[in-house]
Amino acid sequence: MEHTVVSASKFNAWFGDNHVVKDVSIGIEKNQVIAVMGPSGCGKTTFLRCINRMHELIPGATAKGSLKLYDDEVYNMNPIYVRYKIGMVFQRPNPFPNLSIYDNVVAGYKLNGLKMAKADLDNIVEKSLTSAALWKEVKDSLHKKGTFLSGGQQQRLCIARAIAMEPEVILFDEPTSALDPISTSSVEQLFHELKENYTLIIVTHNMQQAARVSDKTAFFYLGELVEFDNTKQMFTAPSDIRTQNYITGRFS
Amino acid sequence: MDARIGIRNTKSMLFKGLIVFLAFLITLPLIVVLLYIIKQGVTQVNWHFLTHVPTPVGEPGGGIANALVGSLLMVGMASVVSIPVGILTGIYLSENPHTKLAYWSGLCVDVLQGVPSIVIGIVVYLWIVKPLGSFSAIAGSCALAIMMLPIVIRSTEQTLRLLPPSLKEAALSLGVPYHRVIIKVIVPCGFAGILSGIMLSVARIIGETAPLLFTALGNSYLSYAVTKPMESLPHVIYTYATSPYDDWHNLAWGASFILLMFVLILNITTKLITRKWNIQL
Repeated sequence: MEHTVVSASKFNAWFGDNHVVKDVSIGIEKNQVIAVMGPSGCGKTTFLRCINRMHELIPGATAKGSLKLYDDEVYNMNPIYVRYKIGMVFQRPNPFPNLSIYDNVVAGYKLNGLKMAKADLDNIVEKSLTSAALWKEVKDSLHKKGTFLSGGQQQRLCIARAIAMEPEVILFDEPTSALDPISTSSVEQLFHELKENYTLIIVTHNMQQAARVSDKTAFFYLGELVEFDNTKQMFTAPSDIRTQNYITGRFS
Repeated sequence: MDARIGIRNTKSMLFKGLIVFLAFLITLPLIVVLLYIIKQGVTQVNWHFLTHVPTPVGEPGGGIANALVGSLLMVGMASVVSIPVGILTGIYLSENPHTKLAYWSGLCVDVLQGVPSIVIGIVVYLWIVKPLGSFSAIAGSCALAIMMLPIVIRSTEQTLRLLPPSLKEAALSLGVPYHRVIIKVIVPCGFAGILSGIMLSVARIIGETAPLLFTALGNSYLSYAVTKPMESLPHVIYTYATSPYDDWHNLAWGASFILLMFVLILNITTKLITRKWNIQL
């Protein structure tokens, strides 16, 4: 048994009276790629946003139950610390439009007012952009605005921004749904490289993507975690009839 | 079929012609007014005009130094109060649009924007001039500050509301505390819009006469004392234009020209700023 990074037990989340995540229990192991899939409105994105406590930013949103990062209860920690440890990449690339590419990568340090030596920052920028497979493309234009990049490059810049903070876990909320196929495949390739150092949790609408990139897949339906298993197992011999129906396209 | 397309094209042409004509019609009087003020005023303006106070009737020369200093001082004091308060209120309104406080303060801002400036003058007269026992520049800048506030608030609010929520989420997801998200991300991204709101509000109040009539009153001498009556550009125009003397009329034309130039420069600068610093989202 490998080390568990994120674990939930009997975890629930609401928007007002709307119960969107129901009694979810899951254990996510280190250095794996986890795909979270399910039809629209099944609570998968909400669950993801609970992990780094972004869920509670929406007025009326509440959560209950146990959600742990290693041995610490996420909901007892300071959300700012949680978000240091658990990075996030969003559906649409959202680099800071007022910052250069360079500053975007170290935004987590600069915006938090952490003073660092220029050499250290340079180092972080190069390392993060290299890990995000973007260094070669942008190394000569680090001081241009991040928004000059193409959509796929912007998304990799956002990944670099998350990596720069050296989190334990990186959450991806449908990271390729706003990208073209070529950018999508470059981001997918990244997942394989990133899992050596990080644990990735990826919400996706795209079953082929889940099958391509993940080690394990979680299937959410109507707020419940229906099935959580090795991706291969899940796509070849799902144990729950609802999973099977979803995978074979009976509903979506 | 061909005939119908012909009719449609003619209609389109007529419509297009109409809006071009109306746009032209609107621009024409503006340009005429502008040119007339420039023609009347530009001959009055020289260094002497800008650095001397008005002379008594019959004496040649004289300028508007007192009004120039007074206007800049009072607008400056009003800005020092209104800009920070306005920006902060604007941030509150854009960040918490659904709270009760936001509803009521938003309503107040709208009402304040609609209050006639002379009414604001009277209110400030009752609140400040009467208790202090004297017309003063402070009272004048209070009235101007009240005029300025709603413009700064609304422009800040509207600029910030247009920023995508994903921007804030990006910063929050990096563990940036809320106040730093606002200061380091939200405000810089909306900077061009906020600044242009400020410039336009300054351009607006620098020409206000009515709120100054009962507050700063006016002063024929150069004065820097903020607790004493003070001259201002619009007020000097008002006084001298309604006088029966040609010399004084010329002085008013000169002051009008200077005032117009202020407003023109502020507006052009605003346009340039929004173009140059506008952030591509």
